[in-house]
Amino acid sequence: MPLRRRPKPLERRRQPDRVTEAQRPIAPSAQAGDAVVEVAGLRYAVGRREIFTDLDFVARRGRVTAVMGPSGTGKTTLLRLITGQVAPSAGEVRMWGANVATLGQRDLFALRRRIGMLFQNGALLTDLDVFENIAFPVREHTNLTEPLLRELVLTKLHAVGLRGAARMMPAELSGGMARRVALARAVVMDPELLIYDEPFVGLDPISMGVIVRLIRQMNRVLGITSIVVSHDVHELGAIADESYLLSEGRCVASGSPDELRASDSEIVRQFLDGVADGPVPFHYPAPDYREQLFGVDDPRGRG
Amino acid sequence: MSGASTRDGLLVGMLRRIGAVAVFFGALLAQCAPALLRPRLIVHQVYNAGARSLIIIMLCGVFVGMVLGLQGFDLLQRFGSEDALGVAAALGLLKELGPVVTALLFAGRAGTALTSEIGLMRATDQLTAMQMMAVDPMQRIIAPRFLGGVIAMPLLVAIFNVVGLFGAQLVGVQLMGVDPGAFWSQMQGAVELNDVQEGFIKSLVFGTACSLVAVYEGYHSEPTAAGVGLATTRTVVTSSVLTLLLDYILTAAFL
Amino acid sequence: MRPNRALEIGTGLFVLLGFAALFFLTTQLPGSGIKVGGPAGYAVSARFDNVGDLKPGSPVTLAGVRIGRVAGIAFDPTDFKAVVTLEIENQYNQIPDDSDASIQTAGLLGGKYVGIGPGGSETHLHAGSTIEFTQSAIVLESLVNKFFANFASGRESNKAPQESEAGTP
Repeated sequence: MPLRRRPKPLERRRQPDRVTEAQRPIAPSAQAGDAVVEVAGLRYAVGRREIFTDLDFVARRGRVTAVMGPSGTGKTTLLRLITGQVAPSAGEVRMWGANVATLGQRDLFALRRRIGMLFQNGALLTDLDVFENIAFPVREHTNLTEPLLRELVLTKLHAVGLRGAARMMPAELSGGMARRVALARAVVMDPELLIYDEPFVGLDPISMGVIVRLIRQMNRVLGITSIVVSHDVHELGAIADESYLLSEGRCVASGSPDELRASDSEIVRQFLDGVADGPVPFHYPAPDYREQLFGVDDPRGRG
Repeated sequence: MSGASTRDGLLVGMLRRIGAVAVFFGALLAQCAPALLRPRLIVHQVYNAGARSLIIIMLCGVFVGMVLGLQGFDLLQRFGSEDALGVAAALGLLKELGPVVTALLFAGRAGTALTSEIGLMRATDQLTAMQMMAVDPMQRIIAPRFLGGVIAMPLLVAIFNVVGLFGAQLVGVQLMGVDPGAFWSQMQGAVELNDVQEGFIKSLVFGTACSLVAVYEGYHSEPTAAGVGLATTRTVVTSSVLTLLLDYILTAAFL
Repeated sequence: MRPNRALEIGTGLFVLLGFAALFFLTTQLPGSGIKVGGPAGYAVSARFDNVGDLKPGSPVTLAGVRIGRVAGIAFDPTDFKAVVTLEIENQYNQIPDDSDASIQTAGLLGGKYVGIGPGGSETHLHAGSTIEFTQSAIVLESLVNKFFANFASGRESNKAPQESEAGTP
């Protein structure tokens, strides 16, 4: 036994160097409160449909920034723009000072290693079990020894309370569990920025509480800058330092949760109070009801 | 990507598609070298594309060989040269039926599995998640699957040919009474290494084409249930047509 | 990716099978070398002027019944003849040693085979004996040439009487 244990401390001393080597920031690290993500004058259009007309947005270091908005305002698209999956039509997205749209794949990937992302449905790799899913980014980017890797993965699994599910397949997990596993995977490389895409959708109240707690923990304990995209006003109020309310391609309101709650802007009120009709109309734009009903204009085109 | 064909005309749409596949092929080839450094991933895909198709390939091989034995016997009997059955069966299998039938079966069995697997990965954000983890899905997912198909196909064709030959032998010699010595000796006399090589080259080309179509359709499928289904159908149709087209071109080139 | 034993064994099996098949196709199909079972026999040789496209493995028959196979074809540089080794199954051990061997064609396009015509001797062929009386392969081209030569000379000889017939009345 003593023979087998001996090499371990040696490896321990050597291996972590490689991890930090892989994660070395490409820009000098910023001070607390500095902008990590900066979006300025962003315009984005798909075909003729404009999703963002002129958007400004800042996420600051060590804070939880919430992006709220009714469904269909392009909240997920904003995340795709921020992470460089799509390029903006105009304006720019800066991350740690680098213009995301102009980066080549190598620099973009170097940037993304500093980001963890939690997808709406978890996006776990279905052919790997829970343990391997969390080990995946580590295996891809480092060459940790197996015992060290095991330790790292189990630590992260323990943090989300799923150490016992390490050998389950993604298909066997409930929605809440899958999201917790995905969260463990998102933080396994110790990112500086965590992005959550609709983390509360489709969860029962207990799982929701667990996720809210975990997000707050990641931010307060580990000091990870967070961007949360959601429309769950209540949950966001509990964790956000700063909120942006998007509507029709623009940011219509921003500020701390308290500032928003005190706002008397019509759209903010409609969104926070959940009113059916208001600046965001109940009816999707359509021709006059009476005309359409009585055959003046058949929606199928020919009458 | 997929909306393109609705806006363009038939011809322009087709041209665009060919261009898109060609660009994709280039990007794929660029990622094949780094993918080769991780043989375990490729082994996994050789298993998926090859070992899992083995049963169906062998089953079909026996039947194709048996039919070849029957038809060949009937045809050659009319000229009183049943002894040439071995030659007819061997050349038919090596040069045409082996590569083509295997490629068609491959498109239906392994190709559709590839397309739907990749399509579902796309639909459930797994590919995007990989990109966000700074892992290139082209290198980690697509290239190993492509290479697995390219490696598996010639082996499948070889197995199909051998099994088919024994099927033809079974019918010709055991059932129809062709002399076994003549069956084999005539075959050995008439078949040349060139014929084997021609079949091998065909199987490589078909393997590349079918695997490319399968991963392309999967990678570019609409991220919905209907989209993945459509992509799977397109894999079968495109692979089959492409196989037969390439078969004609290759045959013409070899003759 | 963790190693998966069953998967790797399956892949190994598949690859092995594939390469075995490829090996079979490249080495056994073209050229000679394969022996398809069959009972053991004794070797008899026969010398032919011309074997046509007789091949090792071609059948040897007597009265239309297959009794063996051609084991090998060699060339004797002293008298420029082909030496064909016939392997005759052991159960056919009462073939007269003055039998003749001829190379024949199965059908119009079929392969060549060796036909044995039994003689009347009391002694029998045994391992190592030689068949003295042989008839070479009939080469279609020479047959056709001969036919046309005969036909032409026949026409010539026919022509004269015809003309004389025409001349007599």
